[in-house]
Amino acid sequence: MTPSEGALARLTPVLTKRWLSPDAWRREVYEQLDGYTALRKALAAHPDDLIALVKDSGLRGRGGAGFPTGLKWGFIPQADGKPHYLVVNADEGEPGTCKDLPLMMVDPHSLIEGAIITSYAIRANLAFIYVRGEAVHAARRLQHAVAEARAAGYLGTDILGSGFELEVVIHCGAGAYICGEETALLDSLEGFRGQPRLRPPFPATHGLYACPTVVNNVETIATVPYIVLGGAQWFRGMGTEKSPGPKIYSVSGRVNDPGQYECGLGVTLRELIELAGGMQDGHELSFWTPGGSSTPMLTAEHLDVPLDFEAMAAAGTMLGTTAVQVFSDQDCPVYAAYRWIEFYHHESCGKCTPCREGNFWMKQVLRRILSGEGTHADLDTLLDSCENLLGRSFCAFGDGAASPVQSSIKYFRQTYLDYVEGRRPPLFGSPPPRPAWAATELAGAAR
Amino acid sequence: MTALDTPTDEVTLTIDGVEVTAPKGALIIRVAEKLGIEIPRFCDHPLLAPVGACRQCLVDVEGQRKPITSCTTPIADGMVVRTHLTSEVARKAQQGIMEFLLINHPLDCPVCDKGGECPLQNQAMSTGAAESRFQDVKRTYPKPINLSTQVLLDRERCVQCARCTRFSEEIAGDPFIELMDRTSDEQVNVYREEMFGGEPGPAGSHSDLGSEPLRSYFSGNTIQICPVGALTSAQYRFRSRPFDLVSTPSVCEHCAAGCAQRTDHRRGKVMRRLAGDDPAVNEEWDCDKGRFGFRYVTAFDRITEPMVRDPQTGALRAAAWSEALAVAAEGLRRARDSSGGVGVLTGGRLTVEDAYAYSKFARIALRTNDVDFRARPLSTEEADFLAAAVAGRQGPTYAEVEQASAVVLAGLEPEEECPILFLRMRKAYRKRALAVHALAPFRTTGYEKLGATVLPCAPGSEATLLAGDASLAAALSQPGAVLVVGERLGGAPGGLSAAVALAERTGARLAWVPRRAGERGALEAGCLPHLLPGGRPVTEPRARAELAGAWGLEAGVLDSRPGRDTGAILAAATAGDLGALVVAGVDPADLSDARAAEQALDAVPFLVSLELRNSAVARRADVVLPVAPTVEKAGSFLTWEGRLRPFEAVLATGAMTDARILDALASQLGVQLNTRDVPAVRAELAALPATDSPRHPPPQVAPAPPPVPADGQAVLATWHQLVDLGTLQDGDDELAGTARPSVVRLGKELATRLGVGDGDPVTVGTGTGALTLPVEVVDMVDAVVWLPTNSPGATVRRSLGAAAGALVSVSVSVSVPVSASVFVSVSPGGSR
Repeated sequence: MTPSEGALARLTPVLTKRWLSPDAWRREVYEQLDGYTALRKALAAHPDDLIALVKDSGLRGRGGAGFPTGLKWGFIPQADGKPHYLVVNADEGEPGTCKDLPLMMVDPHSLIEGAIITSYAIRANLAFIYVRGEAVHAARRLQHAVAEARAAGYLGTDILGSGFELEVVIHCGAGAYICGEETALLDSLEGFRGQPRLRPPFPATHGLYACPTVVNNVETIATVPYIVLGGAQWFRGMGTEKSPGPKIYSVSGRVNDPGQYECGLGVTLRELIELAGGMQDGHELSFWTPGGSSTPMLTAEHLDVPLDFEAMAAAGTMLGTTAVQVFSDQDCPVYAAYRWIEFYHHESCGKCTPCREGNFWMKQVLRRILSGEGTHADLDTLLDSCENLLGRSFCAFGDGAASPVQSSIKYFRQTYLDYVEGRRPPLFGSPPPRPAWAATELAGAAR
Repeated sequence: MTALDTPTDEVTLTIDGVEVTAPKGALIIRVAEKLGIEIPRFCDHPLLAPVGACRQCLVDVEGQRKPITSCTTPIADGMVVRTHLTSEVARKAQQGIMEFLLINHPLDCPVCDKGGECPLQNQAMSTGAAESRFQDVKRTYPKPINLSTQVLLDRERCVQCARCTRFSEEIAGDPFIELMDRTSDEQVNVYREEMFGGEPGPAGSHSDLGSEPLRSYFSGNTIQICPVGALTSAQYRFRSRPFDLVSTPSVCEHCAAGCAQRTDHRRGKVMRRLAGDDPAVNEEWDCDKGRFGFRYVTAFDRITEPMVRDPQTGALRAAAWSEALAVAAEGLRRARDSSGGVGVLTGGRLTVEDAYAYSKFARIALRTNDVDFRARPLSTEEADFLAAAVAGRQGPTYAEVEQASAVVLAGLEPEEECPILFLRMRKAYRKRALAVHALAPFRTTGYEKLGATVLPCAPGSEATLLAGDASLAAALSQPGAVLVVGERLGGAPGGLSAAVALAERTGARLAWVPRRAGERGALEAGCLPHLLPGGRPVTEPRARAELAGAWGLEAGVLDSRPGRDTGAILAAATAGDLGALVVAGVDPADLSDARAAEQALDAVPFLVSLELRNSAVARRADVVLPVAPTVEKAGSFLTWEGRLRPFEAVLATGAMTDARILDALASQLGVQLNTRDVPAVRAELAALPATDSPRHPPPQVAPAPPPVPADGQAVLATWHQLVDLGTLQDGDDELAGTARPSVVRLGKELATRLGVGDGDPVTVGTGTGALTLPVEVVDMVDAVVWLPTNSPGATVRRSLGAAAGALVSVSVSVSVPVSASVFVSVSPGGSR
């Protein structure tokens, strides 16, 4: 299916504009395609003006929370005598999210350039890019890009004769979801066990090595050069008033052409599906996530809700990382919830009780329901567990685990009841065997 | 009250409708406590940094969209807090967390040691639901695992509050345990090579202990602060239920720290000891020696009845008290009235009351000043120092050390020799970067944990540094600086003289930290040859007159000539110049030359031993009189600060105090001692008038040139490790298993000259004997060799007959030493 003109008009290739150019990851190619022109412009400006520019542009964090980027930069205390750090969060781990990896693979220099400009703005002389452990290919490409940038004088001492000095360190994590949480990421970067830190103090004042630190998502930082080149007004020409700018939507699932579609914020699912070549044959939209598994799922009735921060919140969900996962009538929402909770259980860092124990419990209850051994009370238990988890956990990642369960029961209670009441065949056989000690105990009781 | 305790800024807030004013920065949970509102909690501990991990203490705060943890949130002006008492949101949140905590908890309270005193159990009752909705499969583990020989962990009971790991890292500085793995499999553990694909445990050790067991002198505290039954001690596990125990406040008898304790006993037997809560002294902590070292009292060789030496057989036989006292009195009378006289050695472990009784007994019943409490290397300079600079003086205190601008340590390794002082200094180091300077031959792990600046110093050359080092003088010149000297400084000629002069010159406060619990008390009680009770010099007529008045003596009874010290008394005994010897808690192995001391005991014509166990002294005695151990008597210790730590008897037995026995012995000699019971002694001590007599002048011994080691020689450095072969640690294999391995430490230069590396056997010898141990090469002053004084394979006093500062020979050993690191095998699982 060819997308309509209307849908195609929604595409705003800014960050993705070089993605189809061969070898865009090489410095020469990048430079031919406007690369490092923003840096020259930025270095001529005063750092405070850059912070003001980003504030004016209305850029909001692309990592999920949507915090205003300029405001975050402004929190960094200046002339405090401490080193400042920029940490780029490239630990992209949210299920369904796959925008940062291709960006780093195809256009690593845009991230490096953004990091240099940001470091200059916040007066950091050392920047880290924390790459998820599994993404060795991206880390290698970034390392190559850093070497190229250093050779060309974009990194090191006296960058482009400006007197500004910066080193960029590519750090590979070990593949833990929690290390995408900014304070856990900082702990991990410092060499400790990755677990979220108590806040306050916030990273803006006590971040990496207890020094002022900005932690931003890859896409956020990669957006900065375009704002410097295009200006705030140009940036605000895309997206909505409160959610300005372009955004990479990762469309996956039951569509014909899954992939990254960069549109102005506020595009609708209907348009995205159209851009992605429509639903696969024989599949009808059933449910979808607007921004990864941590954002409550939506259904076909939300096809025309704009995918921006405000409209998503109004619809009872979140924009998140704009990981649009499309599920059809052939997908089971209960099983999807179960798999997501399996993920949250596997990835819970263990620090706080609700996330550690709540997911352990919900996973078993969901599996029991899918095995045809659930009860009506289990649904109440699940909802109550979510209530005891949401807003009770140490970090936002724990809260995220409640989303798939709560929203799937909200929209698909009948499917749950079908498993409980035997109208749907069990997905699993019997629940896993009880451990040996329990068997002995029961045998003992029988005697 | 120190300046820091004065509230400078206060805020007013409302908790459950009650308006309350509290210091700014206080946590909600603490302020609520003051109102009597108990918010349930697990990870929160007032002496640990907030972490907010368990989420049990959630409360509702107006203006917050979700409940917040009261253990991490500081109060703010105008804050409106609603706890579970007034907020449905808070109540529901707490109940939800409790339900989560219990789903993976085995609920095995009926077989759990913690049952009955368990915060989880109690708070599940107060906060949890009556029924669990959990009907699935719990996470389980094989039970239990060893974190050390002493500390066991039942992982399935753990609620991952991280109190134990935070204590080990923050308070003790021994981060050998850590949370590992994640999600519901998160667990506390020690480093185990097999977790990372390696071989389990180092060769020779029990594999259950892990590759790097929890080696900490403070590990027992993790058991005490564990809010569930996850951590237990091998010593106490499965021994009793909390509700069967009788708890009695007590004071630790091990070192001069003077920790408050709680002794739990059942049917006349001590089952365990816990740290008492005393903010002025030990806060809520205790060292493992103090906590676990109490089984010596019930050792097989405890003496329960008097014994006299049978003239026919030459062997000790049981005797009635009347007979034993009569024989002892007769022997002592004969010796006293002969030319030799009687010497009295009291050791450093007596209570103030008992030490006072010995002091008085020696003076008026034996009419001698030959009394000395020092059962260790000693000097006249030290006696003069104690009389001039310590006796009768108060402080500095723990709090003053904590608030000090700088602390200089000389002759003291606090982690080994006064662990609670170490913890207090570490607290100051962590909270306010206290500057610690230490004179030592190498940087020990204890100094490392204090962030100490170590001034490299061979034993014996401390005096030169104290007298001449500008950095020390500069540090001590700041107001509030403290110079802390250990008893070992007495072994360095001129060291104590230089310390007094330095304190005088800089205005720093001077503290003397002995190793044993009874030393400071014995000093105040006058168990020194030239000092009467209350720091009164025997040579001062006014001092003698004051005491004669208090004791109702005629003039001239108190001898004005200073007596002989421990060394001179023993030398006289060896030479046949002593008529008799009364010996209390002295182990000859603690004296600088153990064999010589035993020869003296053999040589003395009449030996009376007041003893707890069948010791090296008791075996040689003519009369053995059994005394009560600390746990069976009332008394007091003086901490190194001079703080009085009175305690009452924990167990009521028939055992008698030394003071009571001496009272009976004195009356056989026709003297009224009036030390029959502890209240009488305390009353008499309280009634002693303040002294007007001049103080003993401070010592002025010039630094001696340090010994110069010849080729193949080195200067011996040595001190006791906290957990070692001390007789008060007998009977506890699990505790012994946590001791630091015995090694010989030497510097890189010496190691190079010898051609040895870590682990190679090295022999340290003297004319008396030799010790061979594996070597550990450290950053050490050249030509110095360090050995633990009394550890397995390193019995320095007995084998070498030498004290610190002596010249010893050092050579490469051809034979492989017996591994001293694992000298105890303990069955895993604490099945006893």
